[in-house]
Amino acid sequence: MYRYDEFDHQFVRERTAQFRDQAARRLKGELTEDEFRPLRLMNGLYLQLHAYMLRVAIPYGTLSSRQMRQLGLIADKWDRGYGHFTTRQNIQYNWFKLEDTADILQALADVEMHAIQTSGNCIRNVTTDHWAGAAADELLDPRPVGELIRQWSSLHPEFSFLPRKFKIAVTGAPNDRAAVKVHDIGLRLHRNAAGVPGWEVMVGGGQGRTPMIAVTVREHLPEKELIAYLEAIMRVYNLYGRRDNKYKARVKILVHEIGAEKFRSEVEAEYARHPAQTTEVEERELARIAKYFADPAFERLSRFVPVFEAEKRSNAEFARWVKNNTAAHKREGYAIVNISLKAAGEIPGDCTSEQMRVMADLAESHSFAELRVSHAQNIVLPHVRLGDLFAIWQKLTEHGLAAANYGLAGDIIACPGLDYCALATARSIPVAQAISRKFADLDRQQDIGNIKINISGCINACGHHHVGHIGILGLDKKGEEYYQITLGGSSSEHASIGTILGPGFAGHEVPDAIDTILNTYVRLRAPREEFLATYRRIGAQPFKEALYATA
Amino acid sequence: MSATEKGQVMTANRLRDGEVVFLTRSGVWSEKIDEAVLALEPQAAAALEARAAEDVKGNLVTGQYLFDAERVGGNIRATHIRERIRTLGPTVRFDLGKQAEGTAGTFAAVEG
Repeated sequence: MYRYDEFDHQFVRERTAQFRDQAARRLKGELTEDEFRPLRLMNGLYLQLHAYMLRVAIPYGTLSSRQMRQLGLIADKWDRGYGHFTTRQNIQYNWFKLEDTADILQALADVEMHAIQTSGNCIRNVTTDHWAGAAADELLDPRPVGELIRQWSSLHPEFSFLPRKFKIAVTGAPNDRAAVKVHDIGLRLHRNAAGVPGWEVMVGGGQGRTPMIAVTVREHLPEKELIAYLEAIMRVYNLYGRRDNKYKARVKILVHEIGAEKFRSEVEAEYARHPAQTTEVEERELARIAKYFADPAFERLSRFVPVFEAEKRSNAEFARWVKNNTAAHKREGYAIVNISLKAAGEIPGDCTSEQMRVMADLAESHSFAELRVSHAQNIVLPHVRLGDLFAIWQKLTEHGLAAANYGLAGDIIACPGLDYCALATARSIPVAQAISRKFADLDRQQDIGNIKINISGCINACGHHHVGHIGILGLDKKGEEYYQITLGGSSSEHASIGTILGPGFAGHEVPDAIDTILNTYVRLRAPREEFLATYRRIGAQPFKEALYATA
Repeated sequence: MSATEKGQVMTANRLRDGEVVFLTRSGVWSEKIDEAVLALEPQAAAALEARAAEDVKGNLVTGQYLFDAERVGGNIRATHIRERIRTLGPTVRFDLGKQAEGTAGTFAAVEG
């Protein structure tokens, strides 16, 4: 894992001291709210429905056990004993006081964390594959590049006042788990025909009120040129991106309005002005960073672990959890453990301080003290020996963390919605809970198979509804909540935006509507065909007929 | 049977801790919506706005606005679900917010 150097420490310390002074001046009345708001937002502090909310950055979703414990301590000391893991691999606390915030930022700085770049029109916290450095299908760990981008973009003076916020996602695997095609910039590492690794650079994806899939501006960029090339993209955006209308200010609108070809030629022209020799600094820094992400001290293990096989045979629930919640690791004898924060009826992404400590301890004893946060609001133990899985599962079971529904109907993405969020138009969480309860039966979930149900409580789409296989969008119609359903979205390497199925539903009707959709799928699917494949084969019509058929 | 009065309530967040507060008849801010003054006339609403603007300037509260509400039998109920949630707390965690601290409005937010 990356460790702060003296410069990083000093930078975050100074920033915390600066905020302490700003907050004190605000409380004394020396700063007005209009003066203070941009300052607090630059430190991740929002004012939400019930209190102040702090969004803490978890760069590329990677946490140490020590950091996870500190997140738990902060939840206990200054919040209400829990936190909410977000769809941007961050964590939010909902009940903070302004007068405590500087102390909280200091507590974060103590474990090399902060809340910079979680708000405002800057380059936001970089996100990546939550299985980075562990997945069997991965070419290379994308996190060194994620860290390089973080260092380059943090408080970058040229890119701190962009037309709008800017999100970058990176992946080093062919199976895209980082949703790179629905980010402002998506980066995908791959090998060209000659076997040389390089980065595909995609620009102009996004969700929100105008969802779009990114277009490729470079097929295969050498890694050493990455920052210089990103700079060229940012300059073109900074120059041409609209500032007159915030709804048209994201780079996706620019790419769409001037066209991919024109955008690409503008970027290349800007890039051609960049002197090539200036990439040396980035190359040196990347080499330094990469050392921090070297593999942990993996043991040489057998692929077949008799005791683990015996435990699976003797305990069907454990076997089910292994089947659904673990994934192939790049090293033999190891597995990736996906801890679902979505037990039936629970709030997606919410996690108590005790659960944080349990997972931190498990990571320390079984996963090289490392954890990951996924954009689907789950926690990952990236490097676990097969022989340790049973003990881990037992411990998780004791703490309500062993839901065996990873990637299934119960594993719902949901934004905080109107229960917490000042921007929301409808509630997301109770709808997610009701669906999760309706599909609580794991046999049925397994029969339905891989399905992504994503719920947003407003058009800003924090709940990724556009790219849910089934997307649910909560809106306000004359003061009442109602929900639009979309089908066919995907955030994978074959990304697509879902299409609206028809008239919306009241909240209490949504679980039955989802039930009807999934029953229709089960009725019409080909053998072993997943939901999305069936939808793409047969289209929306059979689902519409089932859902809107009147007696 | 008591009559229903419709009007507007002035709300804001308290600056130092973000707590949701409502302007009362005596011109102080209360955590309880039932203590809020319900402005029945535009003139009364304007007076609340003036009073709130002063307290924003005085750094007591921030983010002030009026919302529609009604008084039924001495209790005040926000018209819109968003404001009902602000007077109670999250509808998915009854152990949190005003509903858990004895400062909630009288009316349940919505069925969960």
